[in-house]
Amino acid sequence: MTTRQAAYCAMLTALAMIFGYVEALIPFGFGIPGVKLGLANIVIVLALYILPAYQAFAIQLMRIVLVSFLFGNLSMMIYSLAGGILSFLAMDLLKRADGFSITGVSIAGGVSHNLGQLIVAVLVVQNLRIAFYFPALMIAGLVTGCLTGMLADRIKRVMEL
Amino acid sequence: MFQKKDFVLAAVIAIIAGISALMVMFAQSGAGTSVRVTVDGALYGEYSLSGEQSIFIDSASGYNRLVIENGSAYMAEADCPDKYCMDYKPVSRGGETIICLPHRLVVEVTGTRDAHQPDVVVQ
Repeated sequence: MTTRQAAYCAMLTALAMIFGYVEALIPFGFGIPGVKLGLANIVIVLALYILPAYQAFAIQLMRIVLVSFLFGNLSMMIYSLAGGILSFLAMDLLKRADGFSITGVSIAGGVSHNLGQLIVAVLVVQNLRIAFYFPALMIAGLVTGCLTGMLADRIKRVMEL
Repeated sequence: MFQKKDFVLAAVIAIIAGISALMVMFAQSGAGTSVRVTVDGALYGEYSLSGEQSIFIDSASGYNRLVIENGSAYMAEADCPDKYCMDYKPVSRGGETIICLPHRLVVEVTGTRDAHQPDVVVQ
């Protein structure tokens, strides 16, 4: 790890945490549990493209754990980790698969993030009926993933990252 | 900004979402007769949707208050941190749910009223 990369990791972790905080101030996804704008994913998907994958993964884990410790609780962390880890794996996979743009990768990230949280919710509450939210969460993940991906693409180009 | 494979991905997601949405709508058709409340997977109680009642649900992590009136149920009060459970519109169709994740509480509508049966038969 170069010094530059170490600095990026720290900075992007802090940035991802702030994006998550700002997002909480914007009401979104009325009534459907688990729907978020996913602004922090802008940072994560960018990290995936400018840093080695393991460092981007470290940023994802760190920001989830830190936010949960600072502003949330243990049970919230389980949902966030499930969504965050699945999301990262999907994005990394798609990026390696070639042929997808950063927007496509972000879409996969958004959808799988919601999916991960839904799976944990079903397991925690022990009720399969929660799976009824699957279609809404898939579409939400698709839309938010697309939007955050387009933003990440723009940022990457404008900042020449 | 976009590549061909992105659209394929989006289309696949949309199709899967569409098919599962149809499945959900089919599973949630038909008016319900009662609600079933479970906390942590264990049955807390079952209540009829007819009439009016206010149900106080005490769980290990807090409380919720479910109100039944006009044939549907909604969450009137809750002390959970996000209060998502109170955002739901009143539920009345079989399969519909109100969920309070922090309290691991699920309210589901059960018992479909058969619309084709006569209500009263007079002889």
